[in-house]
Amino acid sequence: MSLTSRDVEKIAHLARLGITDQEKPVYASNLSKIVEFVDQLARARTDGVTPMAHPLEGLTQRLRADEVTEADGREKYQRNAAAVQAGLYLVPKVIE
Amino acid sequence: MMKDWEVVIGLEIHAQLATRSKIFSGAATAYGAPPNTQACLVDLAYPGVLPVLNAEAVRMAVKFGLAIGAPIAERSIFARKNYFYPDLPKGYQISQYEQPIVGRGSLEIVLDEGTATRIGITRAHLEEDAGKSLHEGLANATGIDLNRAGTPLLEIVSEPDMRSAKEAVAYMKKLHTLVRYLEICDGNMQEGSFRCDANVSVRPRGAEKFGTRAEIKNLNSFRFVEKAIQHEVARQIELIESGGTVVQETRLYDSDRDETRSMRSKEEANDYRYFPDPDLLPLAIDRAFIESVRASLPELPDQKAARFVSDYQLSRYDAGVLSASRETGAYFEAVVARVGAAHAKLAANWVMGELSSALNRDNLEIDAARVGPQSLGGLLDRIIDGTISGKLAKEVFEAMWSEGRDADAIIEAKGLRQITDAGAIATAIDAVIAANPKQLADYRAGKDKLFGFFVGQVMKATGGKANPAQLNDLLKAKLGGG
Amino acid sequence: MSWHARSVAELAGALERREISSVALTGHFLDRIGALNGALNALITVTADQALADAAVADRRRAAGERGPLLGIPLIHKDIFCTDGVRTSCGSRMLDNFVAPYDATVVARLKAAGAVMLGKANMDEFAMGSSNETSHYGPVRNPWDLDKVPGGSSGGSAAAVAARLAPLSTGTDTGGSIRQPAALCGVTGIKPTYGRVSRYGMIAFASSLDQAGVFARSAADAAAALGAIAGFDPRDSTSVDAPVPDYAATLGAPLTGLRLGLVKEFSEALEPRNGALIAAALDVFRALGAETTTVSLPSLPLSVPTYYVVAPAECSSNLSRFDGVRFGYRCADPRDLRDLYERSRGEGFGAEVKRRIMTGTYVLSAGYFDAYYLKAQQVRQLIAGEFRAAFQRVDLLIGPTTPTPAFGIGAKIDDPVTMYLNDIYTIGANLAGLPAISAPCGFVDGLPMGVQLIGPHFAEGRLLNAVHRYQLATDWHDRSAPGYA
Repeated sequence: MSLTSRDVEKIAHLARLGITDQEKPVYASNLSKIVEFVDQLARARTDGVTPMAHPLEGLTQRLRADEVTEADGREKYQRNAAAVQAGLYLVPKVIE
Repeated sequence: MMKDWEVVIGLEIHAQLATRSKIFSGAATAYGAPPNTQACLVDLAYPGVLPVLNAEAVRMAVKFGLAIGAPIAERSIFARKNYFYPDLPKGYQISQYEQPIVGRGSLEIVLDEGTATRIGITRAHLEEDAGKSLHEGLANATGIDLNRAGTPLLEIVSEPDMRSAKEAVAYMKKLHTLVRYLEICDGNMQEGSFRCDANVSVRPRGAEKFGTRAEIKNLNSFRFVEKAIQHEVARQIELIESGGTVVQETRLYDSDRDETRSMRSKEEANDYRYFPDPDLLPLAIDRAFIESVRASLPELPDQKAARFVSDYQLSRYDAGVLSASRETGAYFEAVVARVGAAHAKLAANWVMGELSSALNRDNLEIDAARVGPQSLGGLLDRIIDGTISGKLAKEVFEAMWSEGRDADAIIEAKGLRQITDAGAIATAIDAVIAANPKQLADYRAGKDKLFGFFVGQVMKATGGKANPAQLNDLLKAKLGGG
Repeated sequence: MSWHARSVAELAGALERREISSVALTGHFLDRIGALNGALNALITVTADQALADAAVADRRRAAGERGPLLGIPLIHKDIFCTDGVRTSCGSRMLDNFVAPYDATVVARLKAAGAVMLGKANMDEFAMGSSNETSHYGPVRNPWDLDKVPGGSSGGSAAAVAARLAPLSTGTDTGGSIRQPAALCGVTGIKPTYGRVSRYGMIAFASSLDQAGVFARSAADAAAALGAIAGFDPRDSTSVDAPVPDYAATLGAPLTGLRLGLVKEFSEALEPRNGALIAAALDVFRALGAETTTVSLPSLPLSVPTYYVVAPAECSSNLSRFDGVRFGYRCADPRDLRDLYERSRGEGFGAEVKRRIMTGTYVLSAGYFDAYYLKAQQVRQLIAGEFRAAFQRVDLLIGPTTPTPAFGIGAKIDDPVTMYLNDIYTIGANLAGLPAISAPCGFVDGLPMGVQLIGPHFAEGRLLNAVHRYQLATDWHDRSAPGYA
């Protein structure tokens, strides 16, 4: 299966990746090759096979006791943020 | 051309589960902390961190499932719902998609006129809440507070079984009652603990196919749900009747303007790319656990209401009102315990009447009532034993409410004790008759209606304290006696 | 023998006998890094001051009577592990300014064991690559030939141990990212069973495949390090709550009767010189008492396409958190929210990462999910089932680690699919969550090659034992890259 620059645009938007117009055909060609490569999966006979989401099947989710274990770390955690004001993370104005 | 339209409503209710810590992290869930002080590394989606599921959230979901008669999935799966939004730090929400923890159940609602309808619940699943975007006080920016991010939510999805805004509200109220009974959600709608999205469509009555629906978001009060649905229904009918078509979209209810409007921002990216979250293993719930949760269930609202009807001979409506919250039911039963089951109807009238309006007036929860069930019972005792009339009791109640003293103290202090001494009442009657010869003559000439005049005069003379039944009998005898 | 040529056990002995202090040993390795890293580019960050301070603490702990195989031993962490107060870049411009506020469990455990971190190793960006060329910090060079790649994604960790900049390093392996660079650099690298080592604090690439492991010059050294990092972690829901065996204690067990299965699909079409090395390794194992047989896993050839659906799918979601808001790269003067996202991510991620995010987004998107993601998870089930069946018949599987020795820098970088095929022998173990190890087994064109052993779940002890006995019988693992002796 071959992907077009338009497909790349759609995917890049879903993934919120800014790519330039010059890059689009390059990604289209790269992704087409990758998709073509993985298309060989279609050959496998998988009727009735349960999809495997985890390498250790049979294990189940362990549960945590409902306890507050985390203290306020805002000051430390926000040192990595580019824009903070009054304890809030800032993003460009969102209009709803 | 006017048509007869049928309204079809389904609700998605998000109930924040009342756990101490978040669904996948050990950060506190308390409301109202300074921004981002309850957002730990997991809530902030820091690189490298991983979710670990809160056992209490699971227990609460199971509790809910059992209460609506739904099957609990022995194995349920957490999935990632992928989309970008600033209040969603990971860029995906951990939710349940194909295998939710709670399967199909139902809830019975009773409308004012007493008709009962069963509303189907498609499923309920566990997921995490998002943070909050704040727009005020920031120049050209939106501020993100992630304290709420990761708060456990139970999303309760109904079938499209409701046919009016009233039914939708009744269903929502019933769920609200239930989650508080179960103590799995504090139900605080102002703080967003219990929120509703409504899917609304209309179709010509009798049509089989559903109309195109709009999803109205951001409904955080019963009143808004009712108004938003009414508004949306009117909008859709008007649109269709003027030749337009309803488009499937998300709409936001603006309570200030009482209108819904399209939320285009949420429209564009709706390919959520759900897939099982590889950081979480399948959630297994065994029979023994389910049974232990079942054993811990409290008496549920419907059970309580049925018991009120059979034990106290209350009407179904009264029983419904009195069982609407665990606290109200407990208050009512404490009053009944004092005055006796024979006077349950009197207790019910007072709880739903005077008490309820006083609570509303002062905006208090029943737990904070200024007249407790023992005090109210004390007051009712005085009605029952004839010490005061029902009318005076209301005055006493008001005094109890504002002064915080019990009924007897107020009755004494105000001298409100009913006059049951036949001699005293007779004296008062004689004085009134003597002072009103004309009315007496008219009465005796056949003007029966004047009886009320004499009752009023005697009551006035006795400061309203004359025992009404005695007064009646004595007055009748004296007026007729000539 | 110079300090950097000694094994971990020898160094621990020397520390215990006070022949050298951890401070001096740390200083020795820091000097070596100072002299050699410029050409290799194996480390992104060197934490010299912190290392010397930690070494001093280790010396005091030892003086106070504490013992331990890693107490005072220097090591290097792959820059994918979060290190409290130290930049953790993951090889990406996206995290060039990111100082982790916490330690990964692997880091914390090694710290607790007294190991001394010298710095953070270079790696392919977000561990996506097989050559270490996708790093924002430039390629790592192979100590055996500076024009060749060291393999990836843990290329810096492998090159550092090969160049003897540290006796140990940590790595992560999602599709071969420990074993492939171990093979290409001539060192020993083990990827444990999925769930054996906590993933907490390890920046996620593909969560159902990622597993932390170690590089060392021998299986014995690797056993000491693995013993320290393995074990249950309540912060990782996928970590397994099972006791950790004493790997060192079983290293020397005889291999008599060990059933080794040569993977048919791995040995077919093998380049003859590579095939000869594997045959020679089999001879050694037979001489040690092992029985060898051939085992077929017919779905295994589909492991690479399976992987290149599953891994990108998971990565596309895992990397959504890098949005320029709470940490990491943020573009200058975003016009609006969409611009903030698209430029921060567009500028912060490199080409290979973007390719994988887009591939993953594509295979999960409406209309393609069943044909790609679900199908791949089904094939994954087939592959895992074939491994399970194989382990009914044999104790360990054996084969090459890589199809070829290290290739030239720049040779494959423009062709993603060709690059992906480097991992053809290693990916199967990740899909099935199996432990696997690569050990040096000879040379092709003067470049080291590795033999790979794969075990059933939690057979790390058996893998280390087999390789240890092999290394007692051979000296491939003792060969040093020219100029790094």
